[in-house]
Formats: sequence, structure tokens, C-alpha cells
Amino acid sequence: MAEPGSNHSPETGAFFQRDRQWHPPAFTPGYKSSVLRSPQKALLSFDNTLSELTGPVFGHALLGELDNDLIHNFAKPGESAIGERIIVHGRVLDERGKGVPGVLLECWQANAGGRYRHKKDGYLAPLDPNFGGCGRAITGEDGSYAFRTVRPGPYPWPNGPNDWRPAHIHFSVFGHGFAQRLITQMYFEGDPLIWRCPIVGGISNRAAVEALIAALDMQSTMPMDALAYKFDIVLRGRRSTLFENRPEGN
Amino acid sequence: MAQSLDRLKESPSQTAGPYVHIGLTPNFCGIGGVYQSDLGSAMVNDQTKGERIDLRIRVLDGTGTPLKDALIEIWQADSNGFYNSPAEMRGAADPNFQGWGRKPTDMETGICLFQTIKPGRVPFRDGRLMAPHITLWIVARGINIGLHTRLYFSDEAKANAEDPILARIEHRLRVPTLIAERRGDAYVFDIHLQGEKETVFFDS
Repeated sequence: MAEPGSNHSPETGAFFQRDRQWHPPAFTPGYKSSVLRSPQKALLSFDNTLSELTGPVFGHALLGELDNDLIHNFAKPGESAIGERIIVHGRVLDERGKGVPGVLLECWQANAGGRYRHKKDGYLAPLDPNFGGCGRAITGEDGSYAFRTVRPGPYPWPNGPNDWRPAHIHFSVFGHGFAQRLITQMYFEGDPLIWRCPIVGGISNRAAVEALIAALDMQSTMPMDALAYKFDIVLRGRRSTLFENRPEGN
Repeated sequence: MAQSLDRLKESPSQTAGPYVHIGLTPNFCGIGGVYQSDLGSAMVNDQTKGERIDLRIRVLDGTGTPLKDALIEIWQADSNGFYNSPAEMRGAADPNFQGWGRKPTDMETGICLFQTIKPGRVPFRDGRLMAPHITLWIVARGINIGLHTRLYFSDEAKANAEDPILARIEHRLRVPTLIAERRGDAYVFDIHLQGEKETVFFDS
């Protein structure tokens, strides 16, 4: 079976090992919730089996017309969300630099004032009646995607006595194998809260933090309408099956 | 110096946070009208082949308290052991079974309920059969990178005994942490994130 909408035959090589020094570790005590929710024993390592190499695929038929437009997908007819209008776009790549086509990206965020539409969020900043906060898209043949939304506000959270999350958008990404499954957060270039945040601070490598900061992209703005940020997401690459089980080569 | 390998680094993971439902199960948290239904909420239909089973899963923290803000995704083969995935090269899976499900834990009880089918056996890399299993991926506030584990079945003792992954677990007392207990038509599975009964988590 080929990828839907693609002429390429699927790849079957095992995924590159995860660099767990690059990712945040499970136990990051500055982020208090991690203290009792982090495994203490070593992970069990093994090379991918079919159970990790395979993964679900979602067709474009899933998507509604406004699924990637958070300014309008919860708004009443003729109205739109309040806030700094932005386009967030980029590509989903793998560690070999190849675009990853046909994968589902889901995002969620607070509104322009930093308030989430969730019954557990008691922050005093008001809800925006025209903003829900969720969106989704499926990457194109080159791995590209785009969302339209409003820039989320920072918000306080009960960790330290005065901790504030930087403005961020949560991203959930599927790859072609379930072992590529990833959830991360996108931050905004120049936000001084990034370097004070205990959740960001769980990542020890500065270059790894920078990989989560979207750059202002003036070339992709819509004049008199919306600014733009570019955010590429990188999933695990995969080994070649050159000598593994295909004598005819790749 | 040699040539650069010219590779990128994987995007670092970050926690899904307490409001993961907004993005992944919006209807569950009261955001209606954006998506028709929550993705992955229904796994079987009338035509799906195989034995219907319920999975009742809880995730417990280091004090034994169930998480009420976790989200679990499962990935499994069909009743004949085929995955519904383009990377499945052995044959076609049951078209009425996607093999993937997603559920939040209940905000009151912490129970995560999946209605699915019992999977068939899938070959390991060397051709030996693995025991029937379901792959789990767990995210929540306080979990910085999604946790991978597997659910095996208590009534598959013979297959479990020859499973190549279970055989890799050096500390044999930890093997039962991956085995769900059958109760009627349901399997009950507690995932302990931390402590004495800590579940075996994978890096694969």
C-alpha cells in the first residue's frame, strides 16, 4: 500500500534512536508536576518492531474547511476572534531533512488574554466568545502546513509563587510510525519569558530550546491582515533498509 | 574533520499540559461545533472482525493517586495480526478497524475506557511471533515526553512466556506490570508511573 495521495512506496526502516539528552528528561523538579509523574527506573530499549514502525494515517476527508483557521472555526457567523492575527506555518521534516507528507498536526492554545476554554482554567482573564482554541491540518506532499490564529497571551500558573508561561501553541504530530509520535510547544521569537519558564527549562541544551522558537517571517505575512511565524517540526529519521530485507535495494 | 552528516535534530518534546483536551478531545471538554466528533473515540463498528473487549486503564502517580488529566492513545493490530498502516507490507488489515484509539482519563474516576478488539499476534523482527499486545502512549501534565508501554493479556500465558520483548526484561518481577488482568469481558490495567510497582516503559 502506498501513502494516500503519494507516488512513493512507504519506508520500512527502523527509526533513529531518540537522543534523550536533547529531549527534557522525565524528572525536572523545577517543574513541580514532574516530580511524582516521572519514572525512576531505566527505560527498556529495543529496536523497533512492526508495532512501532507502523502507525495510523488520516485522510484529508477528515478535515473541515475551517479546521486550520482558529480565528473563525469557533466564531459566530461574520465574527472573528480578538487578538493579534497571525499565520503559523512551516514544514514537518524528519531528521534526514525530508518533508513528511500526509501527517496529522493538531494544535491548541489560550486566547489573546492567556485564557483557555477549559473548565479547569480559573484565570481571571476573560474567555473570547469567538475563540475555541483548537485546530488541525494534514501536511502536503512536501511536509508543509499552515494555521491562521491569534497570538496567545502569556498566563500565570501555580508552580512557583509567580511563574508565567511564555506565549505558546501546543502541537501534536503523527509521523508514519507510532514511534514518531510527538507533542511539543511552539514559542515566539523574542519573548523574554521563554528563558524564565521551568517547563522550557527542563530542556538543558540551549540549541534545543531555540529549535522550539518560531521566527517572525515577514515574507509570509498578509499585509494589512496578519503577521506570520515559521515553525518547522522535526520527527525521528529512519534507517535505510539497503541491506536489511530488500535485496533489490531501496 | 570529515563531511557533515547533514542531519537535523528531532524537535524536543514538551508536556501536553493540563488542557490537552482542548486540542485532542475538544468535544469531551465542551468545545462543540469545531470537529464532528473526537478523533479516535470509536474504534469498532458492526463489521469489525474479532473478539470485543473493554480496556479499563488507570494511570497512577508516585503516591498511587490516579491521574485525572492524562490522555492515552493506543495502537494495535487487527484480529489477524495486521496493522492498518501503509508501512504494513505483509497484507491488508481489516478495513473496518483502524487500530488506533484516543481517550482522556475520566475527570472524576481517572478511568480511561477503550472498547476495541483483541489483537492477533504480530511477528518480531526475526519472525518469531510476539504475544498479543497493544501499544500505549501516555501524555499528561507533568510528563515531559510521552511514555511508551505495552499492554499484554493475562489469559495469554503461553504466548506471553515466549514473547521476545517480555523476555528482554531482566528483572522478572517487573513483567506483571505489563499484563492486564481479565475480568469478564474487560481487561483492567493500572499503569504506575513511579515507585515500587513502576510499569516498564520503553525506548524503542
